[in-house]
Amino acid sequence: MTSAPDVVLERTDRPDTGRLLEVRDLHVDFKGRDGVAHAINGVDLHLDRGETLAILGESGSGKSVTAQAIMGILDMPPAVIPQGEILFEGRDLLRMKAAERRKIRGPEISMIFQDALSSLNPVFPVGWQIAEMFRQHRGMNRSDAKTEAVRLMDLVNIPAAKQRVNAYPHQFSGGMRQRIMIAMAVALDPKVLIADEPTTALDVTVQAQVMELLKELQEQFQMGLILITHDLGVVADVADRINVMYGGSIMESADVLDLYGHPGHPYTQGLLDSIPRLDMKGQELFAIKGLPPSLTNMPEGCPFAPRCIHVQDKCRTVFPPLVELGPRHHSACHFAKELVRG
Amino acid sequence: MTDTRPTSTGPLGGGDLNQASTLSGADAGSAVVVTDPTAAAQGVERVRSVRGDAWRDLRRNPLFWVAAVIITVFVVMAVFPTLFTSVDPREAVLSESSKSPDAQNIFGRDRQGYDIYARCIYGARASILVGLISAVGAAIVGTIIGLVAGYRGGWVDAVISRVAEVFFALPLLLGAIIILYTLRGDDDSYLWIITQVSLVIIVLGWPNVFRLLRSSVLQVKPNDYVLAARALGASPWRISYSHILPNAIGPVIVISTINFGAYISTEAALSFLGIGLRPPTVSWGVMISAATDSMRSSPHTLLFPALFLSLAVLGFIMLGDAIRDAFDPKSKAR
Repeated sequence: MTSAPDVVLERTDRPDTGRLLEVRDLHVDFKGRDGVAHAINGVDLHLDRGETLAILGESGSGKSVTAQAIMGILDMPPAVIPQGEILFEGRDLLRMKAAERRKIRGPEISMIFQDALSSLNPVFPVGWQIAEMFRQHRGMNRSDAKTEAVRLMDLVNIPAAKQRVNAYPHQFSGGMRQRIMIAMAVALDPKVLIADEPTTALDVTVQAQVMELLKELQEQFQMGLILITHDLGVVADVADRINVMYGGSIMESADVLDLYGHPGHPYTQGLLDSIPRLDMKGQELFAIKGLPPSLTNMPEGCPFAPRCIHVQDKCRTVFPPLVELGPRHHSACHFAKELVRG
Repeated sequence: MTDTRPTSTGPLGGGDLNQASTLSGADAGSAVVVTDPTAAAQGVERVRSVRGDAWRDLRRNPLFWVAAVIITVFVVMAVFPTLFTSVDPREAVLSESSKSPDAQNIFGRDRQGYDIYARCIYGARASILVGLISAVGAAIVGTIIGLVAGYRGGWVDAVISRVAEVFFALPLLLGAIIILYTLRGDDDSYLWIITQVSLVIIVLGWPNVFRLLRSSVLQVKPNDYVLAARALGASPWRISYSHILPNAIGPVIVISTINFGAYISTEAALSFLGIGLRPPTVSWGVMISAATDSMRSSPHTLLFPALFLSLAVLGFIMLGDAIRDAFDPKSKAR
């Protein structure tokens, strides 16, 4: 036997975990003039039906790149995916043809963006843009699609939807625009919704409403929701599980209560300590010192080592493996167990 | 290009004149919902689009109205010359050769004894036709190629851009002279000559539009709504024609209007050099060309066709200016 059938065997032989979405050992590099930037270095994550997974991290941690890789909307080049698998219902998205994958975007996996004003096309009425989802993917005629658009605008609680269906994006407030974006994203009843910092551009009261809406829709349609954010407050209310990302890797993965109660990674602890608290008024705010690592020049060991207050020699040379702290709680720190014990 | 507009823009855009005058042009970009109380009561909300704003601005610009009147007159002249004159432009009265303007022939007669007024009127058709075909043709060719180059990027863009630069480096008149000389055949039918001249102008003029649209596409492409459209499963074709093109086409509309005028004068220049339209075709360029011999003894033979030509070119350039002002938010703070 030649080696070719073995390879095939290996592909088909992968254990089907029955997960809705599973990312395995994903790497994303950006090739630029200054060399290769390793934006994502071996991310593993999974999402079940009806579950909300939060990906938490600061700017440049690779959370948005992960989302765009799952969606398949990275510009390639400059981006390359040297290795990894993205399994949607057991099928590897990375091995699909472009046209096949396009049919998944929208009806199966959908996404909303940070700034809803710039995510809506300024020259078309919002109703037209929502209706386009149905015309494009379902082949509906104009008037049926418009009826659907009004229904969706009602669904996301836009007042007087019937009158406003022909209005343009700039005539809506930030929160309303984000609702319209959400309406477009859930139009075709997707199984996975990725929300990339959906409330960052909104003010606090509106943030709560939009999150509430997302939560409602998720329960109603039993969608798997991936919520990308840097806002710990948003996460606490909505998420079931949290993945904390830093320097292109997942540092800690845990259920919400576990993570807030017993953080198993110095970075997570630092994040939680940086939340301003009312009972600490007048005292200096805690900040994680230093800057995130440069993606073109990653430290050899733990990416967080240069900023870590517990850093040891080992951290600077050896990339920490995932340590199991509980059935659903993992941390990529050499000293995770000691940290949890306090 | 107008078919890329949403069909609902027309009736909704702009609002009525009273409303428009109460709103300053400077707030055009901000989120304003113009609500007519009576309309709202009927459940209809007046909305303003980007193009609605542009049209509203355009209507208040006197430059636009002057240009519109000039262009309308010339277009009507081109389509129905008999509305303006009942004289046959090909009727030569040699006995009245080079007659100065008088009551009977208000523009006088040229050397061949043709009535100059009638020929100026009939000449509009050839000039407008060449301008129209060339400007629209160059716009279509330049837009399609620019969209492909800007959207695909990479080596496709590099190859197309280099090719465009080669065409761009060729001076329009010189290139036209060479091509028209080689093309010149026996078939001298009216339409064939006009097509020939227009094709040459399109071939040499498209890089102008191409460069503009390509840079405009590059500006529009990184916008989040393009990314969002991709994330929601739009095909490359749909993204480029339905999301990028409508947002990038503005400058092309402006430059093509100005080109319309410029190409009319190019046609005249080519005819003047004897390689564009030629007799028996009646055009302003042909008339100017014929008049140069007797320019000093009977200047009226040159003056009137030159006046018509200048007016037509001026009309289109003014219209282009007015449209640019309307599209450009910076020029709105008048």
